[in-house]
Amino acid sequence: MEELQLKNLYDNFRDGDTIKAFAKIIAEDAKKLQKPINIMEVCGGHTHTIMKFGLPQLLPKNVNFIHGPGCPVCIMPKERIDHAYVLSMQENVILVTLGDMIKVPGSNGSLQDARAKGADVRFVYSPMECIKIAQDNSDKTVIFFAIGFETTTPMTAVLVEQVIKSKISNILFHINHVTVPEVMVELIDSRDVHVDSYNNEIDAFLGPSHVSVIAGSKIYDKFPKDYGRPVVVTGFEPVDAMEGISMIVKQFVEKRCELEVQYKRVVNHDGNLKAQDLINTYFEKMSLFRWRGLGNVPDSGLKLKDEYEKYDAEKIYKSVLPIAEIEDHKLCICGDILRGMAKPQECTIFGTACKPTTPIGSCMVSSEGACAAYYKYGNLI
Amino acid sequence: MCLSIPSKVVKISDDETMCTVDTMGVQRDANLMMMEDGDVSIGDYVLLHIGFVMNKIDEGEAMSSIDTYKEILEHMNEEDRKQAILEDDECEARGEKYAEEINT
Repeated sequence: MEELQLKNLYDNFRDGDTIKAFAKIIAEDAKKLQKPINIMEVCGGHTHTIMKFGLPQLLPKNVNFIHGPGCPVCIMPKERIDHAYVLSMQENVILVTLGDMIKVPGSNGSLQDARAKGADVRFVYSPMECIKIAQDNSDKTVIFFAIGFETTTPMTAVLVEQVIKSKISNILFHINHVTVPEVMVELIDSRDVHVDSYNNEIDAFLGPSHVSVIAGSKIYDKFPKDYGRPVVVTGFEPVDAMEGISMIVKQFVEKRCELEVQYKRVVNHDGNLKAQDLINTYFEKMSLFRWRGLGNVPDSGLKLKDEYEKYDAEKIYKSVLPIAEIEDHKLCICGDILRGMAKPQECTIFGTACKPTTPIGSCMVSSEGACAAYYKYGNLI
Repeated sequence: MCLSIPSKVVKISDDETMCTVDTMGVQRDANLMMMEDGDVSIGDYVLLHIGFVMNKIDEGEAMSSIDTYKEILEHMNEEDRKQAILEDDECEARGEKYAEEINT
């Protein structure tokens, strides 16, 4: 066996000939399918890859994608964006968040707008940058507005741990971490309830790559077992995606319903146990988290445990934070898109009133949203 | 949001809380606090996410995938060659009959 080079990890998983080879294999196998199958790619990273590399054009007509709700920026309800905006406007507060949040519009505007009005909002690459910001501004309160799925949650937990251990008194947290399996269950269950209104059944899931690096493939054990849906945990590169799709199609052809891992080079059944310990030490489940476009999803959000409430900005600033739920623009169909009932081009404001520069709906705000991917890569499907 | 960058570890700090990784020629620091002590060594391939090493890349599994892809391509190339030969053999505008036709 040859020795692995760093470039192999990039080039070999983007190789055009290998992508085409898998397209051929899928096309052959798909001839044996008894009915068309709809695969939901849960994660926005997959949506981005699928659109960027034009994968739907390489697939037979009886293998379809349903784009899932797996972009943590897209699913953030407006009232929580408003929390970030309001917190940034408080006296002596520095609001820190990841760059993905810059343009997301709340009801008063985005964090970029808040900054233009004089708020001290800082966008960082890593949560750990909060420590330096707090040290350099000891007379101010740094609030880290934390977003992301299981992939990003343990990094916030490391920051919480450092704040406690180093007795840093001027860093607080506004936690908006969400979890994937609960929303997958919601998407299946809501279809069962509204069976007549959904034209697209989810037949299988392309499991997220890096959520699974942290949480392990074990979080999907129940989907083949209890819900009859195969899951293939798949990497983000286009060759990975095509191999993952091929594995799903083969399961249907061979009448199997299993959890499989395509992305074996980094995902195992247990995941990163140290990262999971960090999450479990500092966070616990919220009973409900409202997903933009989807509504309340039980047990899908995390919050700081009560014993760490003195670090919880949501509790400390409770009196100034808005609580009313804010619905999306009435012409926006992001809810239907996130549930796989509609495609972006079916929306009347897609590409006209709603664009990446002036996003109205949740799926346009982040580059990983389905609408933004369709807009950027030319509405290929 | 959940994207991650494959990188190679080139240096580890004395307290093993930080490392320096190479990402296709660009060097940067990465936090090791999500990994167990002693789990990451110089020369390891790792995945990087928002400044943290989130896991090691299993070299054996990566090479095994790459080798599988090569085998698939070789198999398909062989199939394509066979198909081309078959089509060539069955092409009417070839062989002795065609030679006779153009000579007459």
